[in-house]
Amino acid sequence: MADQTAGIEQGGIKAFRKGPDLFRVLCWVASAATVATLAWIIVEITHQSWPAIRESGLGFLFGDKWIPNRGIFGVLPFLIGTAVSSLIALLFALPLGLAIAIFLSEDFLPLPIRQAIRFTVEMLAAIPSVVYGLWGIAVVIPLVQIFGSWAVVAFENIPVLNTLFAPPAYGNSMLTASLVLALMILPTITAISRTALVAVPGTLREGAYALGATRWEAILGVIVPTAAPGIVAATILALGRAMGETMAIAMLIGNSSRLTSSLLAPAGTLAGLLANQFGEAEGMQVSSLMYAALLLVAMTLLVNMAGEFVLRYTQKRTAGIR
Amino acid sequence: MKLLSLLSVGAVSTSILAGSATAQQLSGAGASFPAPLYQRWAAEYNKVNPSVQVNYQSVGSGAGVKQFTQGTVDFAASDAAMSDEEIAKVKNGVVMIPATAGSIVIAYNLPGVTDLKLSRDAYAGIFLGKVSKWNDPIITKDNPGVNLPNLPINVAYRSDGSGTTFVFTKHLSAISKEFADTVGGDKSVQWPVGVGGKGNEGVTALIKQSPGTVGYVEYGYAVNNGLATAQLQNKAGNFIKASDESGAATLASVELPENLRIWPEDPAGAQDYPIATFTWLLLYKQYADAAKLKALKEFVTYGLTDGQKFAGELGYIPLPAPVVAKAKAALESVK
Repeated sequence: MADQTAGIEQGGIKAFRKGPDLFRVLCWVASAATVATLAWIIVEITHQSWPAIRESGLGFLFGDKWIPNRGIFGVLPFLIGTAVSSLIALLFALPLGLAIAIFLSEDFLPLPIRQAIRFTVEMLAAIPSVVYGLWGIAVVIPLVQIFGSWAVVAFENIPVLNTLFAPPAYGNSMLTASLVLALMILPTITAISRTALVAVPGTLREGAYALGATRWEAILGVIVPTAAPGIVAATILALGRAMGETMAIAMLIGNSSRLTSSLLAPAGTLAGLLANQFGEAEGMQVSSLMYAALLLVAMTLLVNMAGEFVLRYTQKRTAGIR
Repeated sequence: MKLLSLLSVGAVSTSILAGSATAQQLSGAGASFPAPLYQRWAAEYNKVNPSVQVNYQSVGSGAGVKQFTQGTVDFAASDAAMSDEEIAKVKNGVVMIPATAGSIVIAYNLPGVTDLKLSRDAYAGIFLGKVSKWNDPIITKDNPGVNLPNLPINVAYRSDGSGTTFVFTKHLSAISKEFADTVGGDKSVQWPVGVGGKGNEGVTALIKQSPGTVGYVEYGYAVNNGLATAQLQNKAGNFIKASDESGAATLASVELPENLRIWPEDPAGAQDYPIATFTWLLLYKQYADAAKLKALKEFVTYGLTDGQKFAGELGYIPLPAPVVAKAKAALESVK
């Protein structure tokens, strides 16, 4: 590329300015390459999954059995597993992450201490997935086992809870995976929400106080609503990360393709399925795994598009107060 | 002009590289089960014959066969050999050479229980989810004097596709019609019960983690990790502990067919350990490069002869002499 542009210059096109124009061309190429790569990935996955798409079509999404040796491929347990594990993780991480973000953006503590806490929370994002997996095996699984053995007895006669916490209580379970996932997406939620909260104009805050609002009222009534687009963006980015998370999940969720309503039972996710089975897959199983990969890509793209939509909508609504 | 000079620089540098690398490179890929042994062979053979460098990547049997079919490696390795359909896709033809063998054990975590005997009905029942408590009469009747707890049985299986699962489920299918009908034998199946761990290490972690867990792993892996292993009842009705001797007994009683592809799914000998398998090196019938062919043949010959002494050390079963003879004869047919 550099050679080509140099050639144009030597060719005597006067208008070509070495600095700005070369930079523009490079930027253009870089962004085009990014778009092209995404397209290429989707085209390739679609191409490879074509035999499975042609054979099972949409039934693939609703099939509740994944039995490679019988040629039966249905991803419903994994679709549900991906959605449920991400949503439970969000259920834990969103309130916690938002609370931390509010705490860090207000002046409850001296700045150096807040900086230290912020740094620590953001460091959580730097821990490799496999380390989370190992930590989950060593720490979370025993805790979930203790909780599980208690829960199956305690909730035995309570409707709904006795299906969510049905015996037998396994350590490698949906609950374990979701808890670790919550921790993994916590820094994403905290960091982006905090940035949004800090960006709320000081005049708004002062205005609220001037009108006699308490700190509590100022936070809930003015600051958090104004920062809502950023918080929504944080949530959606976190959801995207949770859905694609692979290694820690594969180590903790118990990798089962049996559909169950119990959070204490092993389950599986699309990403985990791919990581587990791709190496030794053959023939239709490869196509089916590619089809599952396509679904995973589609799910994450949809989530991000939904996020973009919500972000624009809320931005429009809060534009007046900015 | 610029491009041309760049090209020529490239050509010079590659020729320099080729010149400095006098060693004959052999690349292989495939099964992870025998990988430690093949990598040991590669290292040891390089000491004997420094002019040959063997690079074996443990990418899994399926991926190995894929690369072999595409012709991107010189040889491959697979726990499941190759099916006739797969062989038909390789235009240079395929020679399958049994290179080593291993047993698969049922390992368990029951504090205080060091010597567990499992009958064929018991272990088939456990992996079918029909036997769900450790003090089930089907287990206790073969273990008089052993205090088996009233603990639920937690089954651990391989979540990744693997040759270990292939051999284990083939065996269970051979001894239990119900298992054959409901689960069947393959590299990855849908287990009726239990938790999946990735790789031998994943299953080992599951077993160690919680009392009451039972799972299947490779013999060498169980030995290295100090897992308790069950004595399994063989076809003749005897309870056999996995060991080098009982594994060798199983292999010795196998009658190898013409293509050397066989699984002793349910060996009949009185002292045979019931779950053992060969693992294969996959070679092309014809190689265009004579130097490569020579190096490959020498390397495989080394593995089949001197290399076998590392097998026991690493937890594999050394091949019995008649198998080595047949494997060498098959190697001769490679041109």
